[in-house]
Amino acid sequence: MYNERVMKEFAEPKNVGYIEDADGVGKVGNASCGDIMEISLKIDNNIITDAKFRTFGCAAAIASSSVATQMVIGKSIDEALNIKNKDVVETLQGLPPQKIHCSVLAEEAIKKAVEDYQSKNNK
Amino acid sequence: MNRIYFDHSATTPTSKEVLEEMLPFFTDIYGNGSSQHFHGREAGKYIDIARRQVANAIGAKAGEIYFTGGGTESDNWAIRGILEGYKAKGKHIITTCIEHPAMIKTLQSLQKNDLADVTFLDVNSEGFISLEQLKNAIRPDTILISVMTANNEIGTIQDIKAIGEIAKQHNIIFHTDSVQAIGNVAIDVNDMNIDLLSMSAHKFYGPKGVGVLYKRNGIKLGSYMTGGEQERNMRAGTLNTPGIVGCGKAIEIAVRDMDKNNKYVASLRDYFVSEVEKKIDNVYYNGTKSDKRLASNANFSFEFIEGEALLLRLDLAGISVSSGSACSSGSLEPSYVLLATGRAIELAHGSLRFSFGKNNTKQEIDYAIDSLVKIVHDLRELSPLFLKKKGESKYV
Repeated sequence: MYNERVMKEFAEPKNVGYIEDADGVGKVGNASCGDIMEISLKIDNNIITDAKFRTFGCAAAIASSSVATQMVIGKSIDEALNIKNKDVVETLQGLPPQKIHCSVLAEEAIKKAVEDYQSKNNK
Repeated sequence: MNRIYFDHSATTPTSKEVLEEMLPFFTDIYGNGSSQHFHGREAGKYIDIARRQVANAIGAKAGEIYFTGGGTESDNWAIRGILEGYKAKGKHIITTCIEHPAMIKTLQSLQKNDLADVTFLDVNSEGFISLEQLKNAIRPDTILISVMTANNEIGTIQDIKAIGEIAKQHNIIFHTDSVQAIGNVAIDVNDMNIDLLSMSAHKFYGPKGVGVLYKRNGIKLGSYMTGGEQERNMRAGTLNTPGIVGCGKAIEIAVRDMDKNNKYVASLRDYFVSEVEKKIDNVYYNGTKSDKRLASNANFSFEFIEGEALLLRLDLAGISVSSGSACSSGSLEPSYVLLATGRAIELAHGSLRFSFGKNNTKQEIDYAIDSLVKIVHDLRELSPLFLKKKGESKYV
């Protein structure tokens, strides 16, 4: 049911892990729904210099979080806040309809991580 | 890539011996089994042979065997047919909450439209119903008790004889969905007081698209498929001669070789289970460890990871299994069977069913265990649940 692009990302996800000295962390979803996504960011001068993720969830959730981390690295926090779930879906060249919520979780995890950074830095 | 198949509860390959029996019925003996002329009579003769083969396998009479399009049709027919045949008595049906969707969804839909009143019995942590609860659920308007012989996800085999006895004492019709059981569990419809039984040929090395409903003589069953007068005017539709011939041959072989196959498949399964439990931490065996379990079935929940991810990583390694989490089939619901046994929702999301077959080898099991150990490790490294409480489990 997944396309080759999704399967490739799922089989070899990038930026797996957790940044110990992260400047912002966003965690969304819950285990009873079958998805938890956590994205940690390293931010230097409002530019995201590193991003890592850990995901409990299906192939679409893992692929979406991997893609999301790749999309934000090198972006300003304003640009990162503008990333929409449909951008994740486009990068993955499509997700099955019942898996679109995984891309929404990725968008939310990024937002939450950036907001975490902003609240810590009173911005 | 070397492909390994551990999903025999989903379907089995049609055995070559069965296929060879079927082939002449596509091209040579192609008559419509209902026609009166030579071509029809010729096909009809072999349909009768298959009918006897099926009847012999479950201790029934040939006249009690009705061929259908598969297990789902047989289940639908049993429920809807009994509701029609016994509507003067009532519309209360007793079943279990772990039946196959062919039963559950049909009953839910009938209930919603006020055409049936259904009691869904609970199961215990191993997947067994309580006979006491069953007895207590019986009402004057109960017309049907339907309990699956063996569960498709966790392989639990119910005490069918005891259930049949209770149904008989209360003069209630007893149906069992034996789709997973045929060829794995010995069935005798008289000894077990079974009035209706569903089966599907492709689960026992026969072809897809053909099933059977056994109906004890004297049971009043309405027709479900209406049209022509096939199957003693009970199930309309041109008889699928090649499929029926294959079904007959397959069940004959399945029952003949049952003890031998069960012994072999159980040895593979037991080895697999002990290796998984030895080599992977935080795994939970779903179902029973007693011998009241299909020899082919193993079902595990792997804590901290989700079933679909595990299934697809195994697929990438060349191993086909089934995920209890219906996530992979499109919905986002965790396994209702595991939830019914009391498993936590997170664990019900992370279950995998391995169902072994007579053609699997120990070598395949060894490869699968090595792959599984690595994949579970990799996915746990990816999981935010795992790193927080490595080695610790919050479930008992």
